[in-house]
Amino acid sequence: MTNMAKRKFNFRKYGFLLEQLVQRDFKVKYRRSYLGMVWSLLNPLLMMSVQYIVFSSIFKSNIENFLVYLLAGITMFNFVSEASNNALISITGNAALITKVYLPLYIFPIAKVLSSSINLFLSMIPMLVMVAITGAPINIFTPLIFVNLFLALIFCIGLGFVLSTLMTLFRDVQFLWTIVLLIWMYATPIFYPVSIIPVKYSFIFNLNPLYHFITASRTILIGGVPPSLQTYLILIFISFSSFFLGGLFFVMNQDRFIHHL
Amino acid sequence: MIKINNISIRYRLATDKISSLKEYIIKFLKRDLHYHTFEALNNVTFDVQRGQVIGIIGRNGAGKSTLLKVIAGILKPYKGKIQVNGNVVPMLELGSGFDHDLTGRENIFLNGSILGYSKKFLTSKYEEILEFSDLGDFIDSPIRNYSSGMLMRLAFSIATVVHPEILIVDEILSVGDENFQRKSKNRMLELMSGGTTVLFVSHDLKQIEELCDKVLWLEKGNVMLFDETEKVVQAYHQFMTNNG
Repeated sequence: MTNMAKRKFNFRKYGFLLEQLVQRDFKVKYRRSYLGMVWSLLNPLLMMSVQYIVFSSIFKSNIENFLVYLLAGITMFNFVSEASNNALISITGNAALITKVYLPLYIFPIAKVLSSSINLFLSMIPMLVMVAITGAPINIFTPLIFVNLFLALIFCIGLGFVLSTLMTLFRDVQFLWTIVLLIWMYATPIFYPVSIIPVKYSFIFNLNPLYHFITASRTILIGGVPPSLQTYLILIFISFSSFFLGGLFFVMNQDRFIHHL
Repeated sequence: MIKINNISIRYRLATDKISSLKEYIIKFLKRDLHYHTFEALNNVTFDVQRGQVIGIIGRNGAGKSTLLKVIAGILKPYKGKIQVNGNVVPMLELGSGFDHDLTGRENIFLNGSILGYSKKFLTSKYEEILEFSDLGDFIDSPIRNYSSGMLMRLAFSIATVVHPEILIVDEILSVGDENFQRKSKNRMLELMSGGTTVLFVSHDLKQIEELCDKVLWLEKGNVMLFDETEKVVQAYHQFMTNNG
C-alpha cells in the first residue's frame, strides 16, 4: 500500500471513530435525565434569566437589547468553558485505551470539543427565538452567526490541544484552569457593558479572544449587520493560529504522553 | 511480518516521575532535573513470520507488556528499528473500550470503531457478534447492568469477529465460565489456523505449549531464548527452579 492510500484509509477509519466518540459523549450526557436534550435549550435561557434579574437594574439602561446581549455572551462563554474543560481531561481520561490500542491521540481532544459544540449549535435555537421576541432584526446576515461559531470551534480545538497536553504532563493544570476560567469570565464583557472599563485599559479586551467572538455575535444578532472585514480577519487569525500552534505543541509532546499515563 | 531489530526502551524510574508543576519548577530551579533511567527492553531482536503463534514468557517486569506496546505502535523505542506489516488488533482487557452508560449494541459500534473496524463491516457482522456473545435481549440494555461474564463475552466477541493480521493477546483467556472458555479457545484456534499472526503473553506454560509455534523468553528486558516451544519452555522451567 502506498503512503497516500494508507493515509486516506486511515482518515476514513478514524472518521468513524471520531463519529462514535462524539455520539457517545452526547448520548451519555443526558441519558439518565428526564428532560434530556431539552437541557441544552433550557440551560442558556435559565442562565440568561438569572443574570438579567441580577444585573438589569445596574446595566440595562446602557445596553441595547440586554436579553440578547446576555445570551450571546453566555452561550459563547459556556461553549469555551465546557469544551476546554472536557478537552483538558481527554487524554488522561482515556488512559486505559491509549495504553492498549494504537489510536491517533489528536482524535480525543477533537472529539470532546466537537461533542461540546453540539450544545453550542443547539443553543442557537433559544437564541434566535429571543432575537425574534425582542424585536431584533433577523435578516440575510443572521446566518453569519454560524461562521462565528465555526471559528470558535476551531479556536477551541487549538485550546484543547494545549490543555490536554499540559494536563497529561502536569495534573495541576486541571485546578489551575478552573481559576483561569473564572478570571476569564470576569475579564470578558458578558453581563457588563464594554464602556465600564476605562479606555486606557481597553487593550485587555483586544487581547481577549473571547471578546472578539462575542462582539462579532452581538453585531450580527443585535445590530443586524455583518461584522467588519477587519473583525473577520481577527477571528480567522485567532482561531487558526490557536489551531495550528496548539496542534504543533500537541504533536511535539505526544510521544511522551504514554510515560505519564 | 514483524521484524524487531535491536530495539531498546528506556523508562524513567517511577520515583522520579514528576507530575506536579510545583515539583517540576522546584527541581528545575535547583537544576535537579536529571533522571534515573532503566532499560525495560535491551537490544531485543527477533522476527515473526506470517501465521505464526508466538508465546511470550518471562517473570513479572521482564518487559513482556512493554514489547507488546512497541509492536502495537504505542511506545516508540529510543533505539533500534521495528517493522510491522499488517493491522494489529489488541484483545482489550475487560471493558477498557466500553462505556457503561451505553447499551450493548452501542458498545459494539464504539468498541469496534476503537479497534479500527468500519461501520459497514460492523453492521454486516452485527448478528454474528450478537450470536457469539449469547446476550439475546440484553443487547439493548446499558452494560452497567451486565454481569462480568456477560461483559467478557461481549468484549471477546467484538475483538475476534475479524480475522486480524496480527492479534495481540495479553493474558485474558483465563476468564469467563467453563462453557465460554471452551468456546473462546475454539475461536482462538480457528484464528490461529486461519493465517493470523498471534502474539500471546501468558504465565500458563501449559497453554503456551498447547498453542504456540515458537516462544520468546524475556528476562529483565533481554531476550534469553527465542526458539521452538518445547526447548524454551524446558529451559525456562529449569531456570525458574534454579532461580526461584
